[in-house]
Amino acid sequence: MLKTFSLGGIHPPENKFSAGKQIEVMPVPAQVAIPIAQHIGAPATPVVQKGDTVKVGTLIAKSSGFVSTNIHSSVSGTVFKIDDIVDASGYKKAAIIINVEGDEWEESIDRSADLVKEITASPEEIIKKVGEAGIVGLGGATFPSHVKLSVPPGKTCDVLILNAVECEPYLTADHQIMLEKGEEIMVGTQILMKSLKVDKAIIGIENNKPDAIKHLTELASSYPGITVEPLKVQYPQGGEKQLIDACIKRQIPSGKLPIEVGAVVQNVGTTVAVYEAVQKNKPLFERVVTVTGKSVSKPSNFLARIGTPINNLIEAAGGLPEDTGKIIGGGPMMGKALTSTEIPVTKGSSGILIMKNEEAKRKKMQNCIKCSKCISACAMGLEPYLLMTLSDKQVWDRAEEEKIMDCIECGSCSYTCPSQRPLLDYIRLGKGKVGQIMRSRTK
Amino acid sequence: MNVVVITVLTLAILGTIAALVLYFVAQKFKVFEDPRIDQVEEVLPAANCGGCGFPGCRAFAEAMVKSDDISELNCPVGGADTMNAAAGILGKEIAASDPMIAVVKCNGTCDNRPKTNFYDGATSCAVAASLYAGDTGCSYGCLGCGDCVEACTFDAIEMDEKTGLPVIKDNCVACGACVDACPKNIIELRKRGPKDRRVFVSCVNKDKGGVAKKACSAACIGCKKCMKECPFDAITVENNIAYIDFNKCKLCRKCVAVCPTNAIHEVNFPPKKVKPAAEKPSAPKAETAKAEAKTSENITSSDDKNKEE
Amino acid sequence: MSTLTISPSPHVHSGDSVKKNMYGVVIAMIPALLFSVYNFGIGTLSVVITSVLACVFFEYVIQKYLLKGEVTITDGSAIITGILLGFNLPSVIPLWIIVIGALVSIGIGKMSFGGLGNNPFNPALVGRVFLLISFPVQMTSWVKPGVLPMSFADITSGATPLGLMKEAIKTGQTPAQILETLPSYSDMLWGFTSGSAGEMAGAAILLGLVFMLVRKIITWHIPVAVLGSVYIFSALLHLADAAIYAPPTFHLLSGGVLLGAVFMATDYSSSPMSNKGGIIFGIGIGVITVAIRVFGAYPEGISFAILIMNAFVPLIDKYVKPKRFGEKPAVAK
Repeated sequence: MLKTFSLGGIHPPENKFSAGKQIEVMPVPAQVAIPIAQHIGAPATPVVQKGDTVKVGTLIAKSSGFVSTNIHSSVSGTVFKIDDIVDASGYKKAAIIINVEGDEWEESIDRSADLVKEITASPEEIIKKVGEAGIVGLGGATFPSHVKLSVPPGKTCDVLILNAVECEPYLTADHQIMLEKGEEIMVGTQILMKSLKVDKAIIGIENNKPDAIKHLTELASSYPGITVEPLKVQYPQGGEKQLIDACIKRQIPSGKLPIEVGAVVQNVGTTVAVYEAVQKNKPLFERVVTVTGKSVSKPSNFLARIGTPINNLIEAAGGLPEDTGKIIGGGPMMGKALTSTEIPVTKGSSGILIMKNEEAKRKKMQNCIKCSKCISACAMGLEPYLLMTLSDKQVWDRAEEEKIMDCIECGSCSYTCPSQRPLLDYIRLGKGKVGQIMRSRTK
Repeated sequence: MNVVVITVLTLAILGTIAALVLYFVAQKFKVFEDPRIDQVEEVLPAANCGGCGFPGCRAFAEAMVKSDDISELNCPVGGADTMNAAAGILGKEIAASDPMIAVVKCNGTCDNRPKTNFYDGATSCAVAASLYAGDTGCSYGCLGCGDCVEACTFDAIEMDEKTGLPVIKDNCVACGACVDACPKNIIELRKRGPKDRRVFVSCVNKDKGGVAKKACSAACIGCKKCMKECPFDAITVENNIAYIDFNKCKLCRKCVAVCPTNAIHEVNFPPKKVKPAAEKPSAPKAETAKAEAKTSENITSSDDKNKEE
Repeated sequence: MSTLTISPSPHVHSGDSVKKNMYGVVIAMIPALLFSVYNFGIGTLSVVITSVLACVFFEYVIQKYLLKGEVTITDGSAIITGILLGFNLPSVIPLWIIVIGALVSIGIGKMSFGGLGNNPFNPALVGRVFLLISFPVQMTSWVKPGVLPMSFADITSGATPLGLMKEAIKTGQTPAQILETLPSYSDMLWGFTSGSAGEMAGAAILLGLVFMLVRKIITWHIPVAVLGSVYIFSALLHLADAAIYAPPTFHLLSGGVLLGAVFMATDYSSSPMSNKGGIIFGIGIGVITVAIRVFGAYPEGISFAILIMNAFVPLIDKYVKPKRFGEKPAVAK
């Protein structure tokens, strides 16, 4: 019996069209737009000005607080301007726009393909390097990684869990990374283990990726402390809380972080980035992006520079189909609908999903029939139907009592609802309001 | 017979005991309340809209009775009459306040502001705003899902199907519920003005002129022509957006004439003495847009004296 | 490229719909319907069809002309109410009474509370209880199951096993003695006894239950809790004094317990939302049913039990919450 998380869960069709497609390196675009807010926390402060020359890997915006991170240039060339552009959030935000000239990398970056196994850096140095390299959670949450690695005083961590679940339908970026960069993942895991001072790491992979499980299990045998845990396929297993529950049967209490139960979770893609940052001195300026969809002629996995317009990736995957109705940044369950094809790839872009017109539209909403299927689907044991009503009627105190803040926004409720009710739309709204109220109370 | 007597007696005794218990409990837990609170509440509109900043009319009445200086308190719904009546009961002074009305500061109709995306989420501006900036090129304007209409307890706002914008009717009492409900902050409480006449900038777009104009043909582009034209220093331009201070504005309407995008609206004025159309360069399209805006603002009196202030 | 659609996540949907669920229930009721037609002749069919048509008709009229809103008769919920109401009636009841029952079910039981999903009580039961109180004679004139299906001639009237049991116990007979005069348990399971149109065919109802469980239309909690508690509570009574209390299997198979537990207590909007709540709800129904049967004036109590527990649903929903994630204390490090 394979392990999985204990409450709720759904089984959306996987549609992993780009599975097994080699990671292709995208050509460097003519111009990149690098937003200064690509991570959770305070936006970075630009340290370049119009006209400055930058190389690949040059620091262009500096972390502006503890929960914030550095941003590096992904190309070499001249800073064209710093202007507001519409990013994946749908709002206009500041971005550094660079005109590309050549492809010259910073000298400090080790561009060789050799695997560097020996870890010389001390735990403190690792955390510092991860912070300097601007690494964030590449699964899509974009939480700065060095913050996660800094275990707060008084708490101890006894296990590192690698998130290789990729439970979002369609996406295959992590899957492909595991197949192609297995060794890097192992060394990266050891680096993370060293920085956290733990001797146990579990790589959680869903059972629908048998090749990756086989590959990593073979590799792990020569790295002490690392085990691969095959998990039963169930969405949202990639949620941090669900993954910890699935792997080590510990449930994080409401409102607490994984460190409360002695675990730290990192994504596999992030682990590779950590390896590159610590062993190769390479900051985070490119990432693997899946471009996929039912109508896409060539579903692919691309290694793209941050700031590349998604249009370039779509073109490389066979062009935008005629009947496109929606473009999603990320997967179909938690991704964000994008407003145009001009939006740049950011650190959090795990995929670009193109939907046909007929898939794009929601069906008409009906009365809630109280079938309680949303409760059965909720991985957090909440009552989505009730939270929606409370949000709609703005009963914020009651919503807080009903644990609206525990919602992980996985979308299982809206996915399941037979009446097509936009449950998550309202719950997300309520979370925002209740969060505001709670913060103002502690001030 | 016996049964009847016993039944009646039992019931009578039970009733008496219950009454006694109730009486003593009521005495024991009696809470003293100033009788004037009831009196004041009586004259309030009983709409419980929260426009005064208190949760309901009762709370407002309590506040009026308790505080010595009530000049800060105002019931926007009842207006001066109600406040005078309430103050009369309490023997307190009130500050004179001008009647206000809510104003929608966006003229991004379907014609003026072409759609760039199609929104398919829950019909709620708050949800839409948490998702993205809007389904047009303008990231500041009306989202058109009608949260303000929902919020209004006086049935004073309705969505105009043709323009996709909310229209505020004359029975608006300026409680401010819609102002709070609007996630884009495009509704403002402004002075009603004499004979309901007012002039305001119907745009909140803070983008630079070119960007704003591209997104919406009726956008304020921050050109400052109105500011220079205004003889009363009532207009300020900040963040590429003009604002008319309604306390300084004397309703001369000179700004309306100079605005190149017709972003400044005048409502309830009698029709102007015909000026040559040549004065407005972008005549036909702008004119219709403006005419629409006017109808949507509910023109009432037009046969008033044609005097201009 | 057309205009890009923007909507909040998730961007995919399971494809489940109200219709799928409602028609799933209708399909689940077909075996029971066929069985009772076989047992009681086509009188059953005319009762059920009249009831369905009347329910759909009243829903249409109310939505179209009274509420002046959208007409949603195609979603199948009125059909379910109609079939259930028909199942709860004797097969020889005058058709005009059914129409009155349908009006009460749909008009008072459902639409007056806001239609689909908002009714606090099971609409079919509201109609049934209304008829039971208004037309007690017609509502309790049952027929013995005809040996030949499709024939009116063989119809003879007979009391239900529950009614016989109740009367006989009053006269001082022991349940064991009475049972000998009653149809066997297997006859009761297959539905060869007197009773309302659809509530007799136990095996067919269980078939419907399996179908609904497989299709995930309902969960097992409510039916199991109702049947289990009926069995356990009546078994306790039987153990206490076998001379006056009937054995548990009799209670389980007689009357409308099976129909109530499977199709009526599980009505979406009038049952609790959480699984835990469903179990409490089910136990309540079971206990009240047996209590009414044994101590009350009516021989059968499932309808009243369900309606009584329906009234407790908001309370149950308020205090019985699903198991939240992270409630279980974290394992010590």
